[in-house]
Amino acid sequence: MPDVMLDIKDLHAKVEGREILRGICLQVNAGEVHAIMGPNGSGKSTLAQVLAGREGYDVTGEVLYEGKNLLAMSPEDRAVAGVFLAFQYPIEIPGVGNLYFLRTALNAVRRHRGLEDLDAMDFLALAKERMKLVEMDQSFMTRAVNEGFSGGEKKRNEIFQMAILEPKLAILDETDSGLDIDALRVVASGVNALRSKDRAMLVITHYQRLLDYIVPDRVHVLANGRIVKSGTKDLALELEKSGYSELEQQPEPRPSPVLGGAL
Amino acid sequence: MSSTENAFLESLSRGEPKRNGHHSGWLNEFRRSAFQWVAERGFPTAKDDAWKYTRVAPILEVPFEPAEPAKIRRLSAGAIEQIAGDLGGARLVVVNGYFAPELSSRKKLPAEVEVMSLAAAIGEDEELLAPFLSRPFREQPHTFTALSAALAEDGALVRIPANTTIEEPIHIVFVSDTGGSPLVSHPRSLVFVGANSRATIVESYVGILGDVYLTNAVTDIVLEEGAVVEHYKLQNEAETAFHIALLDVRQGRGSRFSSHSLALGASTARHEVRVKLEAEGAEVILNGLYMPRNEQHLDNPTTIEHAAPHCTSRELYKGIVDGCGRGSFDGRIIVRPGAFKTDASQTNKNLLLSESAQVDTRPRLEIFADDVKCTHGAAVGQLDEDAVFYLRSRGVPHAAARNLLTYAFASEMLSLLRVETLRSRVEKMVAWRLGGVEVAV
Repeated sequence: MPDVMLDIKDLHAKVEGREILRGICLQVNAGEVHAIMGPNGSGKSTLAQVLAGREGYDVTGEVLYEGKNLLAMSPEDRAVAGVFLAFQYPIEIPGVGNLYFLRTALNAVRRHRGLEDLDAMDFLALAKERMKLVEMDQSFMTRAVNEGFSGGEKKRNEIFQMAILEPKLAILDETDSGLDIDALRVVASGVNALRSKDRAMLVITHYQRLLDYIVPDRVHVLANGRIVKSGTKDLALELEKSGYSELEQQPEPRPSPVLGGAL
Repeated sequence: MSSTENAFLESLSRGEPKRNGHHSGWLNEFRRSAFQWVAERGFPTAKDDAWKYTRVAPILEVPFEPAEPAKIRRLSAGAIEQIAGDLGGARLVVVNGYFAPELSSRKKLPAEVEVMSLAAAIGEDEELLAPFLSRPFREQPHTFTALSAALAEDGALVRIPANTTIEEPIHIVFVSDTGGSPLVSHPRSLVFVGANSRATIVESYVGILGDVYLTNAVTDIVLEEGAVVEHYKLQNEAETAFHIALLDVRQGRGSRFSSHSLALGASTARHEVRVKLEAEGAEVILNGLYMPRNEQHLDNPTTIEHAAPHCTSRELYKGIVDGCGRGSFDGRIIVRPGAFKTDASQTNKNLLLSESAQVDTRPRLEIFADDVKCTHGAAVGQLDEDAVFYLRSRGVPHAAARNLLTYAFASEMLSLLRVETLRSRVEKMVAWRLGGVEVAV
């Protein structure tokens, strides 16, 4: 039996009374890369945010991460336990140096793992090495977090952070959006370099394109807050041909007994 | 006047007006009339527009005594350095409103630069100083400038001749040391910067933890044609103290003045800045950071008067308000008739960190000239929750994430401090106040 890293059971999430996730079930094993595809508004980003612990959602269901109740953990506890979300829209934080921010984050993670803090010098050496993975210019280290970064630079910075923090479960939320083909290749090769048997990844994307570079073990299609189809990487290719509309129009797999399929 | 006000004045007048023979009839008369002015008008209330945000009542309830030079216990130079820092340049120390020569040091100041006790300077040439001493009270009297006019005896004098550049900051340290009973001091300072001279002036206001006192400070800075002055004011009084201050600046043709105010201490503080751009081409920058917390109340009234054409003013004040703290920014810009091609801009941004935190912001533009450019903007907000989540999602604990973002909000102001010794000191103070954020570089 492979180790189940992430076990999502009947996950629902509402925001302001509107149900966005409507019963997600998904298991991801260590070492696997799962792609979650789906049209805009299907709930992909909400799933990512809920897994990372974003407040403001009314969440029910169960999510086990390494057997622990993930939903009961604060965002920072999830992070130090090894959950990492690469943001679709990384936040600009003027006034906080990129390097300082990342060292603070890394040391929080290290403390949780029972390791000593890295000092500025050792951290700098590590950062320089990991920056190469995403071909980031060293000048980015001295700038404020994401401030004035282009879309592509922000995405590289996310993967750079991931390379530093070495999470067990990485959730990449539309990491391909806004990237030209060269940047996409760089980011994808950075991600591929981080694939390992101990690490699981959830790659969320609208387009099949990213999956040419980051080849998934499983592909799931999310529509209207549910996984409507799962398969191998070939499913992504099928979708590329047929589009999402057909899937969205499929009858709901498990009509709610209360609503009686009135939707 | 109320009985509280009467009692307050009564206690202050015990030491004054002084008749020790040093002062001429003119000065004594001026002091008496100023005191009379207070006795007649009383103290400002929330109904006085210029004092709308400043609470005076708590000050009047304290049984203050006037400071006396004879009562001052001896502080060591080491102690001063510890509470006010060593900025590397000359240091003038004023204890309880009285210049302390034994604690002051010229360091490498050129011989032609005068730094001395104001009382001594008045003794030498009262006539020369009289117009400057009396100006704040004459031109825009209010109770506390009147009290200063009536009761201030000493402080610091800095006189920089023309065409002199002083690299190191001149640090004026105002210390209050009450020795246990509530005390009022009225430090009075005059700074003259000659034509085409450059200097950096730092005013630090400090006190002893837990001491109750009122600092009623008035500082005048006069910039002759082409002078360039960087001014810093660090208000770090004991949180049990009161601080009322006026910085009155006059700028000559083509002069450039910048002032950075940092308000951290005192239970109630009002740091008023008035700048008059008197001749063409003068430029002023006023920056400020105020950080009230607990029950602190920190006010920042500013007035920039464009009295001549082609002058530029820039203002940026930021407030970070926590707990039940209150902050205010009251920014008045006056453009006098004929001050065409005035270019003025004013920005005030506030960060509220708690439900009970409060801030008042009021831009007041009074424009009496054509062909001018005046802009202003004010914002009051909270921490960006997206940014808080971003930091938390990387493992930074919630409280630390908030502190880090708060520090980042302040850091824009800190990065503007050009005296490195001061900046690193202030960065540490701000970081320490925000729960020990490591200074992020």
